[in-house]
Amino acid sequence: MRKYEKSSKGEMASAMKKIIEYMKGSVGIVAVALVLAALGAVLTIIGPDKVGEITDLIADGLMTGIDLKAVARVGIFLGAIYISSSLFTFIQQYIMATVTLKMSYRMRSDLSRKINCVPQKYFNSHSQGDILSRITNDVSTLQQGLTNSLPTIISAAAQFVGCLIMMFVTEWRLALISLFITFLGLFLIVFIMSKSQKFFLDRQESLGKLNGYVEEMYSGHEVVRISRGADNVKEHFGGLNEAVYNANWKSQFLSGMMQPLMNVIGNIAYVAVCVFGSVLALNGTIKFGVIISFILYVRLFTSPLGQIAQGMTNMQTASASAQRIFDFIESEELSDESDKSSEVPEVKGNVSFENVRFSYPDTPDKVIIKNFSAEVKAGQKVAIVGPTGAGKTTMVNLLMRFFEINSGSISIDGTPISQLSRETVHNMFSMVLQDTWLFEGTVRENLVYNMEGISDESLERVCKACGLDKFVHTLPEGFDTVLSESVAISAGQKQLLTIARAMLQNAPMLILDEATSSVDTRTELLIQRAMDKLTKGRTSFVIAHRLSTIKNADLILVMRDGDVIESGNHETLMAKGGFYAELYNSQFDQAS
Amino acid sequence: MIKLLKKMGKREVLMAVLCALLVLGQVYFDLTLPDYMTDLTMMLNTAGSETSDILNVGLKMLGCTLASAALAIVCGYLSAKTASGFSYTIREKLFNHVMDMGSEEMQDFSIPSLITRTTNDITQIQMIVSMGLQMIIKSPIMAVWAVIKILGKSWELSAVTAAFVVVICVFVLAVMATCIPRFRIVQKLTDKINRVARENLTGINVVHAFNAEKYQNDKFDVPSKDMMNTQLKNQRMFALMMPVMNIGMNGLTLAIYWLGAVLIQQIALTAVQDRITFFSNVVVFSTYATYVVMSFMMLVMIFMMLPAAQVSAERINEVLERDVNIKEGSVSEGREQGTVEFKNVSFRYPHASEDELSNISFKIEKGQTLAIIGATGSGKTTLISLIPRFYDATEGEVLVDGVNVKNYKFDTLYDKLGYVTQKAVLFAGSIRENVFFGESAAPESDEELKNAIELSQAEEFVDKLPDGTEHMISQMGRNVSGGQKQRLSISRALSRKPEILVFDDSFSALDYKTDAKLREGLNEKLGDTTKIIVAQRISTIRHADKIIVLDRGEAVGMGTHEELMKNCDVYKEIALSQLSAAELA
Repeated sequence: MRKYEKSSKGEMASAMKKIIEYMKGSVGIVAVALVLAALGAVLTIIGPDKVGEITDLIADGLMTGIDLKAVARVGIFLGAIYISSSLFTFIQQYIMATVTLKMSYRMRSDLSRKINCVPQKYFNSHSQGDILSRITNDVSTLQQGLTNSLPTIISAAAQFVGCLIMMFVTEWRLALISLFITFLGLFLIVFIMSKSQKFFLDRQESLGKLNGYVEEMYSGHEVVRISRGADNVKEHFGGLNEAVYNANWKSQFLSGMMQPLMNVIGNIAYVAVCVFGSVLALNGTIKFGVIISFILYVRLFTSPLGQIAQGMTNMQTASASAQRIFDFIESEELSDESDKSSEVPEVKGNVSFENVRFSYPDTPDKVIIKNFSAEVKAGQKVAIVGPTGAGKTTMVNLLMRFFEINSGSISIDGTPISQLSRETVHNMFSMVLQDTWLFEGTVRENLVYNMEGISDESLERVCKACGLDKFVHTLPEGFDTVLSESVAISAGQKQLLTIARAMLQNAPMLILDEATSSVDTRTELLIQRAMDKLTKGRTSFVIAHRLSTIKNADLILVMRDGDVIESGNHETLMAKGGFYAELYNSQFDQAS
Repeated sequence: MIKLLKKMGKREVLMAVLCALLVLGQVYFDLTLPDYMTDLTMMLNTAGSETSDILNVGLKMLGCTLASAALAIVCGYLSAKTASGFSYTIREKLFNHVMDMGSEEMQDFSIPSLITRTTNDITQIQMIVSMGLQMIIKSPIMAVWAVIKILGKSWELSAVTAAFVVVICVFVLAVMATCIPRFRIVQKLTDKINRVARENLTGINVVHAFNAEKYQNDKFDVPSKDMMNTQLKNQRMFALMMPVMNIGMNGLTLAIYWLGAVLIQQIALTAVQDRITFFSNVVVFSTYATYVVMSFMMLVMIFMMLPAAQVSAERINEVLERDVNIKEGSVSEGREQGTVEFKNVSFRYPHASEDELSNISFKIEKGQTLAIIGATGSGKTTLISLIPRFYDATEGEVLVDGVNVKNYKFDTLYDKLGYVTQKAVLFAGSIRENVFFGESAAPESDEELKNAIELSQAEEFVDKLPDGTEHMISQMGRNVSGGQKQRLSISRALSRKPEILVFDDSFSALDYKTDAKLREGLNEKLGDTTKIIVAQRISTIRHADKIIVLDRGEAVGMGTHEELMKNCDVYKEIALSQLSAAELA
């Protein structure tokens, strides 16, 4: 659970400005809705007055006979007012719901589109959960804030002002008294609310901590068991649970106090008006009827204040959400490339790296790739090896333009890739990544992913080449089986599926980043053969821990701390007796 | 829900009962208030009332509100404590129960589902209890009391009130009944939107590599649009709620006065007293009728909310009622030292139709190394997970130090074992806390910590950290790389100073050199410790004392590397796929 930071007044205003800009087309209709909200509220002020009139009519007629015609007249008028007031409220809510829900839909689309437009570095500073919660939680918080709180504030304000005017017009002394008492009460409420806010934050925070702990311990339950950690874990959980309990009851208690307190304040004002009113009436300063109307006004006067206070708090939360939404929507995007040609040129597959230097944008001091140079000829199989953290994956990410290099250049067939559009570069490569990525959908959807014109025959062929045919055929619906959490697929099978996907893509060049690490060596051999068929005549880049995978590479680049320290084929590197030979021989060290 | 409520602590039950009593008082004061109000109105209406009289009634009225408010606050305090205490108890029970569960039960429920049950479902219940506690007690009392107050005053007015109550309640029910199923749909769509966006985020590189940005956006659009349409229907429907309820409440007051006027007129002018009495009845009626309608509306809403809570309660009960299959034994000492033996062990996952392991037998002695190799899905992990009793063997016996693992006390068994899982698991906390996680018979000193870290080859990066072993690992170890995580989880197993070490493919994220160094260190320093290693790489295991080759759950070969190269085809095939014949020689 995420805690909502309340935005300050200035931020609220700027968020509002942005929302108005965002809803440009519907500002007019929203204004209509808000006017209706105000009108509906003002009409309700008339209501009690008219009920009073009926009472008077009856009271007056007790001795002499009631003027039923007059009663009917007032009754019809009052009914008309109730109906039109309700109608206004309905239309207003209908409009607000429609406008804000359409806005939410547009926001979600924009946010989702944005995911694919921001540079990779954005994901280094923002967690996945954070982005997801903007798409779902924040959008819905904002929507609710706008549909409910905004009209509430407007109508409550209209009711408040309307009452105030009526009160002062009727009798200014009584108006002052009720105003004084109400504000005293309001002060008390604001005080309690500001106190309870802290506990609400506490509650969200402690609950967030507890949920995080639960997630962690459930996921690692085997380790907890084997480490005899259960007692400690339960104890720690008890502490977190205690904190949730405390924050929970305190916040709930404080917010529960609001309603009774509002009642008390209303009634104090009520009694005060009666007492002072009767004093004035006995003096002959005012008529008794004035007191009656005042009693009704006091009721109508105190309730909107609570609503306004509540509405403002909600709006603050909503504008904090708006802030987070616009933060993402307005964040920096990948450079526009509409001027670059997106046509795929005839690819031969000569790739050259010249003095490539790279560091992540947020840590410019930590140079990941120092000075990488290499010349790859068309059709070569290039292996990149080296210890963890040497920068192997970074190199292929640079080749794919997932990140932009700081200096130097990478060219394909003599054209620097920075002059090609990203789309073009991506089209040149089939890529299999270390982290297997499958989504909930059928096997077919996962394999054919965003490609066109893939026939069932080619699907079958590729699956056979990857040794997946048996697996697919044992699935209940074959290629149309939906892959979800309930279908058990091993890590190896997942990897095979992503390899099959890349094979289907059939691009001129190939990148394999630890593509077979979870597959057992026999299956790997099978894939290797299929791959070799696929890579024949295609330039391919292979990263692998298992050196057996890359022994037959045409060019082996040995990386260490961001530099190529050795290069050549297996035989020449072994003969050299350097780092590669050492790495390779460590497989056979005497150790058991 | 009721089953769950029975789990409430005594203190909570007491508080709930007290709360109910207080509500009774509160309702009394709330319903007396209109009486005074009528008095006051009457007084103001009749000329010649004294200010002191008015003040008197006013003060009584104030007393009523204050008393009611005080009771409401005390009651709010009690119900807040009850609801929070209730969820506290349930949460604790649930968490402790889950922590005692074995892998089988965890698998059955799935971890994400258990997490939602412990967090969201309990929050749901708490909300209902805290809201419901006051409303459930208050609204029926209020309704009944208010009905009593107006009962017998006038059947015509009663009929009108009843008609309004029925109409409004039916309306609220109808709106809720159409909207609540749609709320569930919205919930499902939210999950779907989350899933598609999460898939996009986790696969961002693949999405870019396949130029599939538009594909993803189109895919996202489907649930997003569905969500908008469902919510539009819902919220437009809900827009009817408030206005109709307002018309109902105000209309009722109007109807009572209007009808009242007509009824009074029918009474003969001469019967002045009757006319006045009836008039005051009308005034009282109009006030209480509103209370009746309001309390019925509240009741309807609670009944509509209850099913949602019911679903959550059932999900929680399901977990609480699930028996834990793994039962603790009583033996606290082994007969031998450092031995592991499997006697004709077969294993079948619950609900599975085929054996995962069939008829496995072997024994290793103190200080020996046993390696297990085989293709993906051949049952390697399953085999070793029988040793720490993540699962119990379906047939046959698993013996550690000559005693069946089922007979050991948990603590005794786990003190003998150091187990490193396939997927490295770290927890939020310092490196030190992670290494010394849980309890063991081994001492926890700086020196032990240093040794464990050194031996697991983790010191290479731990030493580079500015705060060394005090460095904080973030939740689930997100701030360390895969290889570092693996080495730290090995340190954790080593720090327990076990008799038997089990590694489940725990060197996969290490490069060959680190892998070799680690194994060398283990051999030198921990010569007396029995080691069981699951691995993919031949180089990792070729020097083991005994190698078991698994194929589809069966041991198709057992022996040393040299023996297996001669007589086990599967082994030979695996070996040759990794190393050339010359290298193997």
